[in-house]
Amino acid sequence: MAAYIIRRAFGAVVLLLIVSAVTFAIYFLVPRLAGQTMDQLAAQYVGKDANAGAIAAVKKNLGFDQPLYEQYWHFIKQIFVGATYKFGPDASVCNAPCFGYSFKNHVEVWPQLTERIPVTFSLAIGAAVIWLISGVAIGVVSALKRGSFMDRFFMAIALAGVSLPIFFTGMLGQGLFTVQWPIWNGVHYVNFTDNPADWAWNLLIPWCSLAFLYSALYARLTRAGMLETMGEDYIRTARAKGLRERTVIGRHGLRAALTPIVTIFGMDFGLLIGGAVITEQVFSFPGLGFYAVDGVRNNDLPVVMGVTLVAAFFIVLCNLLVDLVYAAIDPRVRLS
Amino acid sequence: MKTRKATVLIATAVALTLGATACNDSKDDKSGSKPGKSAADAALTQIVNKSDKKGGTATYAMSDVPDSLDPGNTYYGWVQNFSRLYGRTLTTFKPAAGKDGLTVVPDLAESLGKPSADAKTWTYTLKKGLKFEDGTPITSKDVKYAVERSNFAPEALSNGPTYFKSHLIGGDKYEGPYKNKDPKGIESIETPDDTTIVFKLKDAFADFDYLATFSQTAPVPRDKDKGATYVQHIVSSGPYKFESYEEGKSATLVRNPQWDAKTDPNRPALPDKISIRFKVNAVTVDNDLLADNLTVDAAGTGVSPQTQPKVITNPKYKAQTDGSYAGATSYIGLNVNVAPFDNIHCRKAVQWGIDKASIQAAAGGAPKGDVASTLLPPSVNGYAKFNLYETPGDKGDEAKAKDELKQCGQPNGFSTSLTARSDRPSEMAMATAVQASLKKLNINAEIKSFPAGKYFQNFAGNPQYVHDHKLGMIMTAWGADWPTGFGFLDQIINGAAIKPSGGNNVQELNDPAINKALNDAIANTDKTAREKAWGDIDKMVAENASAVPLIYRKNLLFRPTSATNVTVTQAYLGMYDYLLMGSSK
Amino acid sequence: MSDLNKTGAAVGEPVAERPADAGEAFLSVRDLRIHFNTDDGLVKSVDGVSFDIKPGQTLGIVGESGSGKSVTSLGVMGLHRSANAKISGEVWLDGEELIGADPDHVRRLRGRKMAMIFQDPLSAMHPYYTVGAQIVEAYRVHNEVSKKVARTRAIEMLDRVGIPEPGKRVDAYPHEFSGGMRQRAMIAMALVNNPELLIADEPTTALDVTVQAQILDLIRDLQKEFGSAVIMITHDLGVVAEMADDLLVMYGGRCIERGPAEKVFYEPQHPYTWGLLGSMPRIDREETDRLIPVKGSPPSLINVPSGCAFNPRCPYADLPKDNVTRTVRPELKQWDDAEGHFSACHMSQEERTRIWTEEIAPKL
Repeated sequence: MAAYIIRRAFGAVVLLLIVSAVTFAIYFLVPRLAGQTMDQLAAQYVGKDANAGAIAAVKKNLGFDQPLYEQYWHFIKQIFVGATYKFGPDASVCNAPCFGYSFKNHVEVWPQLTERIPVTFSLAIGAAVIWLISGVAIGVVSALKRGSFMDRFFMAIALAGVSLPIFFTGMLGQGLFTVQWPIWNGVHYVNFTDNPADWAWNLLIPWCSLAFLYSALYARLTRAGMLETMGEDYIRTARAKGLRERTVIGRHGLRAALTPIVTIFGMDFGLLIGGAVITEQVFSFPGLGFYAVDGVRNNDLPVVMGVTLVAAFFIVLCNLLVDLVYAAIDPRVRLS
Repeated sequence: MKTRKATVLIATAVALTLGATACNDSKDDKSGSKPGKSAADAALTQIVNKSDKKGGTATYAMSDVPDSLDPGNTYYGWVQNFSRLYGRTLTTFKPAAGKDGLTVVPDLAESLGKPSADAKTWTYTLKKGLKFEDGTPITSKDVKYAVERSNFAPEALSNGPTYFKSHLIGGDKYEGPYKNKDPKGIESIETPDDTTIVFKLKDAFADFDYLATFSQTAPVPRDKDKGATYVQHIVSSGPYKFESYEEGKSATLVRNPQWDAKTDPNRPALPDKISIRFKVNAVTVDNDLLADNLTVDAAGTGVSPQTQPKVITNPKYKAQTDGSYAGATSYIGLNVNVAPFDNIHCRKAVQWGIDKASIQAAAGGAPKGDVASTLLPPSVNGYAKFNLYETPGDKGDEAKAKDELKQCGQPNGFSTSLTARSDRPSEMAMATAVQASLKKLNINAEIKSFPAGKYFQNFAGNPQYVHDHKLGMIMTAWGADWPTGFGFLDQIINGAAIKPSGGNNVQELNDPAINKALNDAIANTDKTAREKAWGDIDKMVAENASAVPLIYRKNLLFRPTSATNVTVTQAYLGMYDYLLMGSSK
Repeated sequence: MSDLNKTGAAVGEPVAERPADAGEAFLSVRDLRIHFNTDDGLVKSVDGVSFDIKPGQTLGIVGESGSGKSVTSLGVMGLHRSANAKISGEVWLDGEELIGADPDHVRRLRGRKMAMIFQDPLSAMHPYYTVGAQIVEAYRVHNEVSKKVARTRAIEMLDRVGIPEPGKRVDAYPHEFSGGMRQRAMIAMALVNNPELLIADEPTTALDVTVQAQILDLIRDLQKEFGSAVIMITHDLGVVAEMADDLLVMYGGRCIERGPAEKVFYEPQHPYTWGLLGSMPRIDREETDRLIPVKGSPPSLINVPSGCAFNPRCPYADLPKDNVTRTVRPELKQWDDAEGHFSACHMSQEERTRIWTEEIAPKL
């Protein structure tokens, strides 16, 4: 088990290195192929008044005057040992883990990431709870009442949920509850530590919007999974033992039907932690996804690198957790 | 079972909300502020909801982020306006309605700058009793340091303009306070004592009082400066100081007890607290404005295109709008070095023939701008109203245009290229309308679009590229960094602004008479004469016919009922004056 | 055995009294019909089956797959839950009728009075729970005891069915057992509540031959010990040869021959039974001589062949006159000489006896 985790962790590090190298290459090599010079790259980070002197100063300060491998090495090294930058009268020390400073506004990336992770995490965790509970419940009911009015009704809604993009449901929810019927006085992110009630209250619409999409998906998955497991021999055995139907469904049927759900949930959750881009845009939540969009829009390499690595890290982590949980749920799975 | 729990949860939530709403209602009743009766465009000429009542929280939001809230690292018009709440400058614009708002008044300084006869030396004397938020006195050295860091340290603070750098003697040599640690700093700014500051310029510059309004003259204590991260701990000299600042997200300003109202006649400082949120979805900002959840959209560029129809068609909302001049003009540059526009008659053919009404419609109609006949927009000091190419209904005069074509030697029309920025939908729409209206004259303009980011640098503003690709007609828009004829015109009509590396003089207009007129006027310390000169120069450009003004751009601003003391300031691109603004909430 | 030769009440007729002819039988099934509505039509999986079992006795139900034997057993257990299943007839268990009874009452009987062993123990046991947990669950649902007591009981049962180191294996998962062990565990689970009726549905099919014998021995031993009635469902006559007291041969959802085991074995009265006997592996025979398979495939249960359902596959279908095998369904009739031996065939008894003795028996 420990050996397995160590091996996976090692694989994850290699993966993250590849991801960072690819991101780095996309940033530097693609513009170069398009014929851009380092000066032109640097000019993006000078304000409106991009005179040659300012461009040269910025270029030097961002390290664009060094060879690429040197820059990449510097980026990787600073994650582990930190680095020193000069964006003012005195050198500022960027302690490990250091993801550098934004090219655009010279703000240190790592504290920005750690500040934004809780936002995305808040969004993801609440939505996940809602969609898991509602999706699985609806899926089970639909499967057990297969073909009934309720099943058809839920599945029609689920189809709508899967088909409707989050920017539609999100905007609609926000429009309905902050403008049409102003139950909410606008939706803004509030730190959990500042005010848990406000935190939850402001997250409710985003949670529900996000959960709507996913619970639809999970309802369909659960329904299909339940229909399959409820036809399994061991369900017949459970009934033959004289167990109550509730026990048969819950302990025997659902338990097995949930296994694939766990896998997909792990991946969905990992992706979501990596940035609920659209939801954060719709509700103006300053999370990782928002940061990523900003980074891309500003061509801000350290920001893009930071978000990419954090997102990749969470996806890898969630996948590892899925495998561990899977092994815990299904004793047939051996980790090796 | 689980769904039932969810139902209960939602029901509870709804109940809680109703309770909360009820509380809000009662609070509103108590405060008893009556919504000011106002009509559309009222804030263009007067202060709407006029108030001197202190208290409450003004809530700002915007869909973008500032380039920086650091007064020394910003080029954004709204930050220039907003930063005055926490950063006092040598001079500033008078917080007043209408044309009055274009007046420069002293702020930190006791009076406007005292120029030498040649307008090359400018002296300011600071008021007594000025203090930073930590109680230390503000000295002229803090102002000098602020100018140094903002103009000479592009490696850390590269966002702002560099007018001081280009006008100060030795500006091209000085390396800035971060590289050159010598506390003496640049020699051409002298601080003989703690209240006097003298700027020594290499050229005559009569608009210097306008430069002194820039947020770059807001004092910064040298020992508190952290370069690029100073923005996180800005030291206030104004009526508000930062209570919190979250990069890219929000900031909260609270009263600065060290600020002395007696030294500051310009700032009523009404709200007790000012909060600003960034990166709020544009439609959400609009909805919050309509729902009176916000005091103002900080960006000051008006409601988003999605919201505009809703606001215009609803009489209640319409009465809360102000269609302000954005201080910018959209125009077509006719490049005098690209045939056939090297012939003035071909330029005039376009001037006469173009259907500006259809272009205005393409840009979004009246809310987006008025038809323009001059380069200078009406909200700039020195604007003179004239129209050398007046046509009925601004629809163009085919006969006159054809006559000019004949004189140009192109009686059957000609073909040329028309450039526009591909990622600016309204500019592309205008280009299409231009193309359509020139068809009638058999002028065939092929539209070529380029990304906005490199438009001037690599394409439409780069003479080599323009000549090589015979780009005769160039769509562009221009707004001034400070609201005078010089601030507006210098970069777009002065021959010196034609740069091989790309510039904004897209017509490549290099008329010695015009150049001289510009240089003479800026050296003239007589304000009245100077301002008259701008109008005259504008007319010279019109006679040259190389720039075809299309529309004076406008913003459709929305003022919520809770916003008090609201007026549009023409000095800051037609947004509301944030020094005056208060909130009844 | 008493006379069961009645073709039964109409579908859905209410049932009130235990059949008079059931005698001392622990389980009496009368005219059991289990039909399924499907998109393709009505599937008559079981179409009028009756039988009795006395306590401690073994009934073998034999037939090909799709003949309705498993559906019958599930019908007895009350495990047809689909809304599409139409069940009629009577199932009397220890004096109680189950078809019309409250489903929850039947549930309480399941696992306690009647238990079932399934064909493939790997799929029939839940892969996520330990063997012990599954036995404990079976025990506790009918006995209000602590988990600890139930666990002791589970270990005891595992020991009883011959699982070595039961105290350890109780915490193993089904996939960690060998096939035979799993079936033992399955039996332990079925017997944990001392059921008076044990239905074993092809309990040895998934196992290899040596293990098969062990499992059958085990069932037989346990039956003696617990005194349970056993229904042994199989497609392989060999499995029931030594165990069954009575045999019931099913074909196309109906019973085509029924009687005491030795009668059915030594004087089978139906060509289908002959075929089954022919396909029975026997150790005392040469490889080449044995295994006369029944040609053709099982009948469709939606469009059952008219007349005798076996007629398309029957080599003797043309012997009876007037094409009667294809038009009239043969009744289940008692063979004259043998008490309780019934068969449904149009051939005359003489013909059958002749064919059996002259043509079939010598080849077996």
